[in-house]
Amino acid sequence: MDKSMYAIVVENLTKVYGKGETAVTAIADATFQVRPGELVAILGPSGSGKTTLLTCIGLINEPTHGTVVIDGAVVADGGWHGGIDLKRMRREKLGFIFQAHNLIPFLTALENVMIALEINHLTRNEAKGRATELLASLNLGHRLNNYPSALSGGEAQRVAIARALANKPKVILADEPTAALDTENGKNVMALLKKLAVENHSAILVVTHDHRMVEGFDRIFQVSDGRIIDEHNKVAAGRDHVG
Amino acid sequence: MNLAIRDIRYHRGRFILTSIGLGLLLGVVMSMGGIYRGLIADALAILHANKADLWVVQQGTNGPFAESSRIPEDIKYRIRAVPGVAEASPLSFQTVQIERSGKPFRFFLIGYELGGFGGPPEIVAGRAIRQKHYEMVVAKAMRMQIGETIHLGLHDYTVVGITGKIVSSSGDPAAYVSLADAQDIQFKKDNDAIRNDRERITVNLAAMPSLSPSQGRYLQQNIAAITESTHTVNTIVARLAPGANLQEVQARISRWNHFKPISDAEQSAILAKGMIEKARMQLGLFRVILLVISAVIISLIIYTSTLDKIRVIATLKLIGAQNRVIVGMILQQSLLMGVIAYAIGYGLIVLTYDKFPRRIVLEAGDLQMLFVIVMAICMISSFVGIRKALKVEPAEALGG
Ligand SMILES: Nc1ncnc2c1ncn2[C@@H]1O[C@H](COP(=O)(O)OP(=O)(O)OP(=O)(O)O)[C@@H](O)[C@H]1O
Ligand SMILES: [Mg+2]
Repeated sequence: MDKSMYAIVVENLTKVYGKGETAVTAIADATFQVRPGELVAILGPSGSGKTTLLTCIGLINEPTHGTVVIDGAVVADGGWHGGIDLKRMRREKLGFIFQAHNLIPFLTALENVMIALEINHLTRNEAKGRATELLASLNLGHRLNNYPSALSGGEAQRVAIARALANKPKVILADEPTAALDTENGKNVMALLKKLAVENHSAILVVTHDHRMVEGFDRIFQVSDGRIIDEHNKVAAGRDHVG
Repeated sequence: MNLAIRDIRYHRGRFILTSIGLGLLLGVVMSMGGIYRGLIADALAILHANKADLWVVQQGTNGPFAESSRIPEDIKYRIRAVPGVAEASPLSFQTVQIERSGKPFRFFLIGYELGGFGGPPEIVAGRAIRQKHYEMVVAKAMRMQIGETIHLGLHDYTVVGITGKIVSSSGDPAAYVSLADAQDIQFKKDNDAIRNDRERITVNLAAMPSLSPSQGRYLQQNIAAITESTHTVNTIVARLAPGANLQEVQARISRWNHFKPISDAEQSAILAKGMIEKARMQLGLFRVILLVISAVIISLIIYTSTLDKIRVIATLKLIGAQNRVIVGMILQQSLLMGVIAYAIGYGLIVLTYDKFPRRIVLEAGDLQMLFVIVMAICMISSFVGIRKALKVEPAEALGG
């Protein structure tokens, strides 16, 4: 298998929290690959390990066993891969979107996007240009100078998406991005993610509780008790009528 | 983008209030330094005004300010005769406290020979003392008008002139009278006391059968003259002729019995080191305590503001911000708070220093030193916040 053709390669990924009697196996032996431009949904009950899976791929949570490869670079092979610069990987290859929007409260919408660009070594002017453009493309051109507290939930989540996209990451990880939104806004955000997956050729992993939100996704992983028990290939299913 | 300034801009109310509080504290620290410098300036004010090279005082004392010293006035003739001495002038000093319009009124009374030196260094209103008796020149700080009178000892004295800012080593404003008046005020007994003394001498002498009445009268007059004599001074100040050797003159006077010649430098040391050493240590201790308090406050402020920002810091780490971005944010905030608080403290002290009851002297060196200390405190204080921030995990950004 040529690992460099995938955006994400996960092999035998296991995450155990704690030790001894209190140890919790949150992810057990997960193996899958995601191509650039693929939109994948992760479904499963509460406590099944969805967030853990995302954070292990997102270099926030150190895997206990197994291998993680992001955009051809081995980041974990039984613990972090030696010498890997996690921050740099996060900055350059990954974009994060979370349930609570996680914007920095004392920065305006524009500055929240700019900061992601500036820490990735863009000049102030470049960052400002790119951030303005990005926000305008997400219909936030009129909200550039608002603080997060003055934005609606949907607007704030779109700013968070703009920030996640700012450095054109290969992988976007979204944990329940629609949970704080009403159905209407939730659907808009999901539609936006789909569009971005195609346009930017990014792999997008979206965790969600809500089955109604996953229409149009390329694949759906069903997680239960730390295992990926079912993997639908919706595109294939739709074409071949096998399932 | 400067995160420190963005955060401050967003929370400016809180930031300004904290800085004002800290600024007041630093203002107090500055004023304590100023009070200390003021103490030295006050202590040396009379020395500087007199421009004497030598202070001749009673042997075995560090007079006339640190200890009391009494020497006969006529020793001035002997001092003037010492080779190298250009002029010598007797001075008397005493602290006077009287009641004036119902309040205690304290000042430092200096008596000087009208032809000699050691009198008021300048006259800002009115004139100098011209008559040998009952005229007075007072420091501005006494708030007296020309023509006002004041009762001292047995007589009334009239203010004829005002001199500038001159105070005793304990900060009391100075007033000048002629030496003769000062001696009267200090030493002259009232008529009842004189009569009592004379009667006691007469009775004692009469009890000596070996004395004839004429011998008795003769002795009685002489004893009375000595006990009633007021020709005592506290010091005689001398100025040397150009090119004279201070050590030689000092050595020569030291050889006389009963007198001690103190050079101006030694006198400065006695006043600045000896007399105000305790005050200096006290003020120094207060300053250290206040600086420690400031350090604790700054640490707490930075620490709590870091705790407030845990999610922000976690988010920054999540999106891959380098540690220097996070450390810079905390450190810059701390330093900025220090700079603003310092500026507020400085502004406060500059606006109020001349309203303090004692003299406040602000020295650039002291202020610069304090600035450096404050910056160092801000840096050290932010370590607790920085340590906390560096331990934050990016995963902490996830919690709902
Ligand atoms: N930091 C941690 N320490 C110990 N156990 C943890 C930790 N984080 C998660 N777990 C445990 O791991 C399991 C998986 O948790 P995870 O958060 O991945 O679930 P989830 O599928 O995201 O749930 P939810 O839908 O409620 O967000 C749970 O049993 C949880 O209690
Ligand atoms: Mg979760």
